[in-house]
Amino acid sequence: MIEFLATNMAPIMFASLIVFLLFGYSVAFSLAACGLFFGFVGIQIGVPGMASLMQALPLRIFGIMQNDTLLAIPFFTFMGLILERSGMAEDLLDTIGQLFGPVRGGLAFAVILVGAMLAATTGVVAASVISMGLISLPIMLRYGYDRRVASGVIAASGTLAQIIPPSLVLIVLADQLGRSVGDLYKGAFIPGFTLTGLYVLYVISIAFVRPAWVPALPKEARSIREPDDSAGLRSLGVLFALSVALAVMFAKSRPDDVPTDELIVTSMCVGVGVAFLLSLANHYLKLGLLSRMAERVTFVLIPPLGLIFLVLGTIFLGIATPTEGGAMGATGALAMGLARRRIDLKLLRQAMDSTMKLSCFVLFILIGSTVFSLSFQGVDGPKWVEHLLTSLPGGQLGFLIVVNLLIFFLAFFLDFFELSFIVIPLIGPVADKLGIDLVWFGVLLAVNMQTSFMHPPFGFALFYLRSVAPTNDYTDRLTTKPIAKVTTGQIYWGAVPFVLIQVFMVGLIIAFPGLVSGGLGKAAALDTSNVKLEVQPNQERTEMDANTLFGPATGASSPAPAAPAPRDPLEPAAEGAKK
Amino acid sequence: MTTLLTLSKLIDRLSEWVGRWVAWLVLAAVLISAANAIVRKAFNMSSNSFLEIQWYLFSAVFLLAAGYTLMRQDHVRIDVILGRFSKRTQIWIDIVGICFFLFPFVFVVIDLSWPLVARAYTSGEMSSNAGGLIRWPVFALLPLGMVLLGLQGISELIKRFAFLRGLIDDPSRRKQTKTAEEELADFLSQQQQPSAASVLHGTSRP
Repeated sequence: MIEFLATNMAPIMFASLIVFLLFGYSVAFSLAACGLFFGFVGIQIGVPGMASLMQALPLRIFGIMQNDTLLAIPFFTFMGLILERSGMAEDLLDTIGQLFGPVRGGLAFAVILVGAMLAATTGVVAASVISMGLISLPIMLRYGYDRRVASGVIAASGTLAQIIPPSLVLIVLADQLGRSVGDLYKGAFIPGFTLTGLYVLYVISIAFVRPAWVPALPKEARSIREPDDSAGLRSLGVLFALSVALAVMFAKSRPDDVPTDELIVTSMCVGVGVAFLLSLANHYLKLGLLSRMAERVTFVLIPPLGLIFLVLGTIFLGIATPTEGGAMGATGALAMGLARRRIDLKLLRQAMDSTMKLSCFVLFILIGSTVFSLSFQGVDGPKWVEHLLTSLPGGQLGFLIVVNLLIFFLAFFLDFFELSFIVIPLIGPVADKLGIDLVWFGVLLAVNMQTSFMHPPFGFALFYLRSVAPTNDYTDRLTTKPIAKVTTGQIYWGAVPFVLIQVFMVGLIIAFPGLVSGGLGKAAALDTSNVKLEVQPNQERTEMDANTLFGPATGASSPAPAAPAPRDPLEPAAEGAKK
Repeated sequence: MTTLLTLSKLIDRLSEWVGRWVAWLVLAAVLISAANAIVRKAFNMSSNSFLEIQWYLFSAVFLLAAGYTLMRQDHVRIDVILGRFSKRTQIWIDIVGICFFLFPFVFVVIDLSWPLVARAYTSGEMSSNAGGLIRWPVFALLPLGMVLLGLQGISELIKRFAFLRGLIDDPSRRKQTKTAEEELADFLSQQQQPSAASVLHGTSRP
């Protein structure tokens, strides 16, 4: 009996973990209990090395405490909580909704774009979904949007926060895979915006196939208009062209030796600054040169662009580490909230309290999984997992398919913190051994895990949307027409196409690994020139700019060409195998 | 039982108090970290003690808040199966979890970490970075946090037994009336009434 136990400890331990977790007590302590139990059993039946592994526990916890990367978790959480009350999301939704409203599917485009913008500002799903659910959903319902489309777009756009940097998923994955957060950020840009583009494409195709599902706003609903009743788009276009031209001129005037990503960030600042100053002058000097739309759009885009600069700009300029970028963003959001008088002591306390509790449960899950992994090491668990996964048919591809299916289905029950801390330490080393680039692998998993927010019935985004969508039939106050409630079934069905898009994206990344620039970074490191490495983020940054300013058309079409000649992260291993 | 319930109330008050004050450390860490990055770039100055104080604060936040988080029922669980059980069964699961999952964990971590803290204290171990901070206070946070967590575990245990005897209301219901998300939803829907009307009906138009 004991012999059977001793030789099969790893699978038994893994099976017990599932039982311990499903038991329903806190994940953190269930993980720890499973680890301690098998550690104890291991010591009793004389598994070699188990006792000394358990002795290492406090040192491992001290290591977690000193982990600078994880420090970003409270920073970004706090930033998100402050930001959601600062009124930025509401302003964006109002104005961008007005800008795109006259087009078929316009409100849906606005939701996707604002979702992407909020995602590039911070990394919290709940805030985006709640804001959009309360602000955009009633308007969409009022003007006759299909309920499934409306709720699906809102839930999915909210989850963009998890893939577009800065995102908590990427931070945690970087930590668990032992890669730098900055590399994962750079790698996730193109997939993040490709995904945004795919959402937009989906809405465009609906607008063509089922125009009645995504009607344009009627004329009386467009409030930002000129005295002569035009929308004032021409002046917006001119302003935009002018700022782009000036930014490009500024970029050309700089000496050649300035690093390219620094150049892009500073030129963007110039362009945005010009637009802002012109709008300010126009507003206060009453020049009447710019339309109200042009002014409004500039003013609402400044706060998010400013925050994106504070967080991502400082990271890519090398001023701040990703962790400090989070702190800068949080400070910026706080300053903005205070300036707008949206933050008082009560709110500040609440944000700190929520941040503290989130950090605590996340870090305790990590501590719990550390206990588990220590004794799992003792019973040679990693070797067992490795053997299991490397013996799969199909080599790397087989491994990738199995791992992605596994994560996809586990995501129905576990959130990304649990997935990252429990599953990634098991599969990460195997992926590394198979010669898979871990930056690429991390981004792939992040896209996959993003679905965990959209899976019916446990997806958090759906859950938050349910909590704010109307549960009773009501009478619209403006049109005085009766409007039916949004059923839970409609929310679930609305999410399905987006989950499919997500799966498609996972396939896309596997098929075209060059979408993730991680492989490129490696190539650049080999020939020791920084240039290649730097080119990548810049293209991504212009991409982001194009997405937020031009709108859907460019967002949908350009990410693919922007990707450089794909470099297959599977390649080195293939070469290695040949040798 | 009443003495035990008094003890439970005392522990709850302690956790509440700790949680209230420790939360401010979040803000402190944010501000210090941001200031650190700016000062480093602007004045080309960097101090290891300011770098280290960040993770000291972070450790204090998540370790000392462990008991408070337990009290607020915020250590997440997988409730796929749990949700199907009756209330009493759920409470029993909690009791088993506290006794056989939580307590051993707390005990083992305190038992293993205490000697290291004591050693760091007597040796006066300092950070290996120049200008770094002394180590034992931050190491001591680990057993201290575990003590707070264990105490709160005792309090939760008492409350669950009291519930089974019908003495108190359901202790597993979250005490906090609203989560941050609910607050935001309320706030936005209040805001939304007038502003949506004005934007969409053009009442703000001159």
